[in-house]
Amino acid sequence: MNRVRETGTPKVLGDDAALDTIEDTDLDTSHGPILYLEDVTVSFDGFKALNGLTLYIDDGELRCIIGPNGAGKTTMMDVITGKTRPDKGTVYFGQIIDLLQLDEPDIAQAGIGRKFQKPSVFEQQTVYENLELAMHTDKRVWPTLFAKLSGEQRDGIAEVLQLTGLTEQRNQRAGALSHGEKQWLEIGMLLMQKPKLLLVDEPVAGMTRQEIERTAELLLALEGKHSVVVVEHDMEFVRSIARKVTVLHEGAVLTEGHMKEVQRNPKVIEIYLGA
Amino acid sequence: MRWHERIAGDRGDKLLLSVLAAVTVLVPLLNLAVPATSSLHLSTYTVTLLGKYMSYALLALSVDLIWGYGGILSLGHGAFFALGGYAMGMHLMRQIGERGVYGNPVLPDFMVFLNWQELPWYWFGFDHFAFAMLMVALLPGALALGFGWLAFRSRVTGVYLSIITQALTYALMLAFFRNEMGFGGNNGLTDFKDILGFNLQADGTRAAIFIITALFLALGYLACRLIVGSKLGRVVVAIRDAEARTRFIGYKVEWFKLWIFVFSAVIAGIAGALYVPQVGIINPSEFSPLNSLELVIWVAIGGRATLYGAVIGAILVNYAKTVFTAAFPEIWLFALGALFVLVTLFLPEGLAGLLRRREEPAT
Repeated sequence: MNRVRETGTPKVLGDDAALDTIEDTDLDTSHGPILYLEDVTVSFDGFKALNGLTLYIDDGELRCIIGPNGAGKTTMMDVITGKTRPDKGTVYFGQIIDLLQLDEPDIAQAGIGRKFQKPSVFEQQTVYENLELAMHTDKRVWPTLFAKLSGEQRDGIAEVLQLTGLTEQRNQRAGALSHGEKQWLEIGMLLMQKPKLLLVDEPVAGMTRQEIERTAELLLALEGKHSVVVVEHDMEFVRSIARKVTVLHEGAVLTEGHMKEVQRNPKVIEIYLGA
Repeated sequence: MRWHERIAGDRGDKLLLSVLAAVTVLVPLLNLAVPATSSLHLSTYTVTLLGKYMSYALLALSVDLIWGYGGILSLGHGAFFALGGYAMGMHLMRQIGERGVYGNPVLPDFMVFLNWQELPWYWFGFDHFAFAMLMVALLPGALALGFGWLAFRSRVTGVYLSIITQALTYALMLAFFRNEMGFGGNNGLTDFKDILGFNLQADGTRAAIFIITALFLALGYLACRLIVGSKLGRVVVAIRDAEARTRFIGYKVEWFKLWIFVFSAVIAGIAGALYVPQVGIINPSEFSPLNSLELVIWVAIGGRATLYGAVIGAILVNYAKTVFTAAFPEIWLFALGALFVLVTLFLPEGLAGLLRRREEPAT
């Protein structure tokens, strides 16, 4: 089951200067997968949140990850984005970027965006400012102090406003948005980061049916341009967007495949769908 | 910046800077050009008092920048103010020269008194005005850099950070109390004679220092306004409201905090340097934790994250302090406490909140 990842010299990107090189040397996904998790184990006080998890995400793929509570879905995202360090295992982004060597901002700058379960936007700032803050650009201190929006960047923000349907609300405080709008704004912020891989944690929790449909459209529009990993509980939503589904159980992959196959799998029915 | 806040901010800015400009022109005029017999005459005491308030206002700005916008509650910001003050005080000490009580051309009086034979190495250079002014900015900046680097890199936040800033200023106070430190022990540095050859007691010098203080307050205000209006300012607010989120969109939160903290410390140091020639003394009590707490209260009363609120708060509270401590010295601290409680309960956005509430009734 192990796929080939050329073991080149891992790139260590401790300081800001090295960040520029990431953008230039485009991510090497020549062997297919954009994300490699191999034998990742995380334990909290003896409880194994992830237990030898091995998972590959292909470039441009839209993958759904399901699993009962405590299956390790959120912990997996924490490991990928640098919030949690695994006890063992390897996590590579493309062929050469060792994510375990990087901290959260470096990982974000390398091209992994994350949407949290709870809508997490900057409530005191406007929709427009939220998008501007997320925008893919030089995020070091001095360039940020003197940053001015270029015409191209304005267009980029306008485009995302359009895509997320928030053009009308662009000057509203993000805190004043409805729950669904906040979720879209957060997806919009992800897009502004121009990530190569998006991790989306429960995007439709607490949404109405119409909002869910709108969100599904948004995510489907991203497929191909970005790799997207969606963690979700809402089975109907997963059915509506999923190409390939991975089922996590007790910190490891239980099965992987098409939604239809997965749904027929007796083990899956036992631990999850049947319940 | 939020668009509606920018409008309110702009009006607040204009109002504050116009008042400041008017005061800067009128106060020295009323002091120097109006004869003492006239009822319009302002005494030199008043000029110096107002100048002192303005240096406090500059200090309050530095706190508002990190606390109001950055969410970093420093309860030890008085330390940076005092360090700037000591740098200025050391220069003024060296200017005394042979006019000291013991007439030693090099050593300040307290060193002669302690039987010291030569000037400690860290006093070298302070006889040069330019060097001393450099130190006014550099010393608080370097302390903030070292302290901030350790604290922010270890992700110390919230109340824990507040407590260690308080410990920092307390430790410095104890150190400066010691005679062996070479900063005059509990008497501090005083008996200053002149600055750049001008007699510090002269009305003209007092008025000039007043004007310079006002200019620095205006400059500091504009610098802070530019910073909070820049993208860096928005990142700092983002860190205040959702630190983890800011990391996940690619900002090195530690460096932003460190930058704003050091900048704020430098402003506090400059405020201290402006304060010392006006009050004529700097001693370790400036490091006292109580002072640092008080200045946080000025900002809370004036209103956080507005900048003008900090200026208003610093001036009003200190004016009240002048009046109260003259009339009923023993109840001042109770009055200050009561004021703080009342503002927290009824005006959570401080006095500046009143202004903003009137300007945007329907948010």
